[in-house]
Amino acid sequence: MEDVHPSPGTTHVLIHSDGTTRQVHVTDIETPYPHGKLIVSRTDTRGIITQCNPSFVDMSGYTHDELIGQPHYILRHPDMPAATFQALWSTVRAGRQWNGYVKNLRKDGGHYWVYATVVPNIRDGCVVGYTSVRREPSRDRVIAAEAQYREMRRP
Amino acid sequence: MSFNFTVSPSFPNERISDWYIFNTWLQRQLGLPIHLELHDNFGAQRQAIAAGRVDMIYANPFDAALLVRDKGFQAIARPEGNADEMVVVVAADSPAHSIPELPAGIRLACTDDPCVNTLGRILLEPANLEAGNTRELRRETYIQVTKALLRGDADAGFLPVEAFNGLSPLVRRDLRVLVTSQIQVIHHVFLVGPALLPHAEAIARQLLSMHQTEKERAMLAALGASRWQALEQEDVEFMIDILSTLTS
Ligand SMILES: Cc1cc2nc3c(=O)[nH]c(=O)nc-3n(C[C@H](O)[C@H](O)[C@H](O)COP(=O)(O)O)c2cc1C
Repeated sequence: MEDVHPSPGTTHVLIHSDGTTRQVHVTDIETPYPHGKLIVSRTDTRGIITQCNPSFVDMSGYTHDELIGQPHYILRHPDMPAATFQALWSTVRAGRQWNGYVKNLRKDGGHYWVYATVVPNIRDGCVVGYTSVRREPSRDRVIAAEAQYREMRRP
Repeated sequence: MSFNFTVSPSFPNERISDWYIFNTWLQRQLGLPIHLELHDNFGAQRQAIAAGRVDMIYANPFDAALLVRDKGFQAIARPEGNADEMVVVVAADSPAHSIPELPAGIRLACTDDPCVNTLGRILLEPANLEAGNTRELRRETYIQVTKALLRGDADAGFLPVEAFNGLSPLVRRDLRVLVTSQIQVIHHVFLVGPALLPHAEAIARQLLSMHQTEKERAMLAALGASRWQALEQEDVEFMIDILSTLTS
């Protein structure tokens, strides 16, 4: 009988939109979405995390203190196409709501899929930050998003 | 002239008299005439709001959002602890043991509670269930939702956690919870409308110190709360932002 080894993972270099270069460790281990929960975070206008709920912390694999003050791209998975996040930012900067399927990277290199909504926080007519709420996607939609993102990443 | 107070119709029926007791207490503390008017359903309450016949309300998060954004209401307090959570339930003999096992075409029993229904719909999304491939059976009360499940008239139902826990152990034994929401960030709030805004501070003061005597603690316990917690306008704005992500 052949031994089944968990995949040891690979290393990727991410070049973020703010110019930062970051090396991340990626495995193919998926953490299932916690049924019934909403994963919530807020950022300032630049996308720096200012607030998050316990479900957000649990799923990320980081501690609360490791997350607050960090850019939201701390969860960026190399399988996510850049165009998806460009669309997110141009939509919410225009004061509108964005929805989409997102594969997020955990601190341990694993990932989890969410259906995310991002809304601008408008106070006295000004955008003062953004709130994102994620919920559990159906398996079919995740498979469809996976295929779409693979296609989008093709050079 | 007396002011009108109302309570979002999602609370258990046994609490009707407790809300009257609360109202009597509040009138005495404030020295203001306040009339408590309880509506049978959300539709009737919405009409009263639209007609300007509500000056003070203990509202579910959805109505609170509407009142703050469009009607000039101010949120002053919320009960400490319990957020508004709900369950998706089936009869104990249902073939479904998890949400993804629910097939298209199911009949859903629910009331007209916008909060419970919105959360319930979100929790059905992992099964690709939506308005187009489910049939909604609207019932007046949560007891009737339960009955529809037990009689086999409905395949799944939405109940607030509080209503589910209030069912007798015998009834609960005949039901199965498929999922419980753990939203944690949305809850009922106590709001005052434009006519009562000059008294908002006094009302907040009364509510926030309400847990200090034994008699008042008992009154709160009867309403399912331990104490009132202060609310800032930003807390409500945050809740409204969260709600807006759930309703689209
Ligand atoms: C409120 C809010 C929530 C966000 N949540 C995520 C997230 O969960 N995962 C993610 O990869 N990016 C998220 N983003 C987008 C990131 O800010 C960033 O654009 C993305 O990770 C791509 O980063 P990069 O292009 O700089 O590498 C969020 C943005 C906002 C405003």
